[in-house]
Amino acid sequence: MTLKTRRLLFMAVCLVPGLAMFILFKLYPTIQVFYKSFFLWTGIGDKPKFIGFKNFVDMFRDDAFLLSLRNTGFLMVIVPVITLLIALVNASILTRTKLKERGLYRTLFFFPSILSFVVIAILWSFIYHPTIGFLNSGLELSGLGQYAMPWLGDSRTVLWALAVTMIWQAAGYYMVIYMAGIDGISPDLYEAASIDGATPLKQFIHITIPMLWEIIRITIIFSINGVLSISFVIVTIMTAGGPDRHSEVVMTYLYQQAFTNSNFGYAMAIGVFVFAFSVILSLISNKLTERGSY
Amino acid sequence: MAQIQTSAAFPSPRERRPAKAAVVVRNGLLRIVLLIQALAVAYPLLWNVMASFKTNEEVMENPWTLPKSLQWDNYVRAFTTAKIGDYMLNSVLVVVLSMIMLIIMAVPTAYVLGRMRFRGQKLISNLYMAGLFIGGVYIIVPLFILMNDLHMLDNRFWLSAVYATGTLSFSIYLLTGFMKSIPADFEEAAMIDGCGYFSTLFRIIMPMVRPGIITMVVFSFFDFWNEYVLAMTLVTSDAKKTIPIGLSNLMQIQQFATDWGSLFAGLVIVLVPTVVIYTLLQKKLTEGLMLGGVKG
Repeated sequence: MTLKTRRLLFMAVCLVPGLAMFILFKLYPTIQVFYKSFFLWTGIGDKPKFIGFKNFVDMFRDDAFLLSLRNTGFLMVIVPVITLLIALVNASILTRTKLKERGLYRTLFFFPSILSFVVIAILWSFIYHPTIGFLNSGLELSGLGQYAMPWLGDSRTVLWALAVTMIWQAAGYYMVIYMAGIDGISPDLYEAASIDGATPLKQFIHITIPMLWEIIRITIIFSINGVLSISFVIVTIMTAGGPDRHSEVVMTYLYQQAFTNSNFGYAMAIGVFVFAFSVILSLISNKLTERGSY
Repeated sequence: MAQIQTSAAFPSPRERRPAKAAVVVRNGLLRIVLLIQALAVAYPLLWNVMASFKTNEEVMENPWTLPKSLQWDNYVRAFTTAKIGDYMLNSVLVVVLSMIMLIIMAVPTAYVLGRMRFRGQKLISNLYMAGLFIGGVYIIVPLFILMNDLHMLDNRFWLSAVYATGTLSFSIYLLTGFMKSIPADFEEAAMIDGCGYFSTLFRIIMPMVRPGIITMVVFSFFDFWNEYVLAMTLVTSDAKKTIPIGLSNLMQIQQFATDWGSLFAGLVIVLVPTVVIYTLLQKKLTEGLMLGGVKG
């Protein structure tokens, strides 16, 4: 065997298993989603029928879908904004003040982000539970009993309740990323600023945020997409879309269309739409946060 | 004398900083802010542990009290009636299988993509990069239909294969960075010593990228152990279900059977391996976050 064939053989052995799996379980299904979104396809035994853009047109006449889209949009804006703000402030406090217990807080705050979404969802549905949860009884104990309510059962509060759970899950994760970023900022900048008499708040606004800007831009996009994937689990377990679809999100609606109603073609069209939606949202966020535009 | 004069004219940085008392007050306030948040993070988990030792009546009564006596029975029932142990074994099996497959696929691929030049290299790299953006739920419908056609459903081996493929893009992205940072001299020396391609990879390169492999394993562990959507869709028979599915089923049942104690015990049982691994590998995990940028 020549050196060249040995090299080729080696490369093939290295690359083929990964590529084969990737093509089978990732690339092929992705192509299928785009292609079959133009078909009417109801059930495994059914023969897909080409219907052009009809699935996409139907989507905008489907009130349940539009409501789920609105709910998802709400979560995709509210959750990243609050999560990243909390993460940024905490990261800044922990790195800049040099408190002795910072390591402890870092460990603790990061912890929820490694927990299973399922565990978090079950745990929080009991926290909000009207009879055994500690949220309502805590409100009663502190004299705020009139605010106690079935948080997940009321259409006005359900989305906020879910948002709090998602923020609880993710804030520590982004905090650790920001802490690494702040550690990379030259201490001279802060030193110079404090000589000039800049308060910690001013330093936060004029040094920390601009220096972290590129990291912040990436985390906004990751956080927006994170909401899409966690919202599926949280909603499925905590509310099943209720009350009366007021917490339905696009991912749970897609899943329901596919596996409850067997509308495979329609479900894939929703998948394509949501994918495009999240890409567009990421591009908008990228454009809005470009340097010089704020 | 001269020294005192200059310091009066140009106050030193130390003097211009906020007075010591102000710093103490500020740090005190910040500590309160942090402490409130720490409570918000920790209390739900503590409450869960407390509830797992309570009787049903105690759970219903007051969420703020400690259990009167420790109901270990809840844990026994979680294992016997709720079959948490079986689900856990399935999860362990799936995690181990997925990990083996991931290592077999990712390490050689990253080596070839990171350290060899050949035609099509760019194409393959970009293909894996694109995979970073395709999440689980988007493709679940065609994936389900494909696996149904190939008779791969309800099979723990193929579920593991899907898991390993799911984190493949991120793992290759992470490892390629490590691979590129090794100087080329190492391979040249190995080749001169008569080391073949495979032994170079296994004996020289793999030990050198061990930190990268560990980071990949840690991140993937949490992904595999916690995965829900695919496990729910691709596995149908109860005997093969993994722990997240087992737990969510348990929750549905307990709402009618009202055996809260064993449900909370089940949650604690699932938390324990996560907590152990987290405390052991906490540093690796947060370091990895900085190395690899952001988890996909």
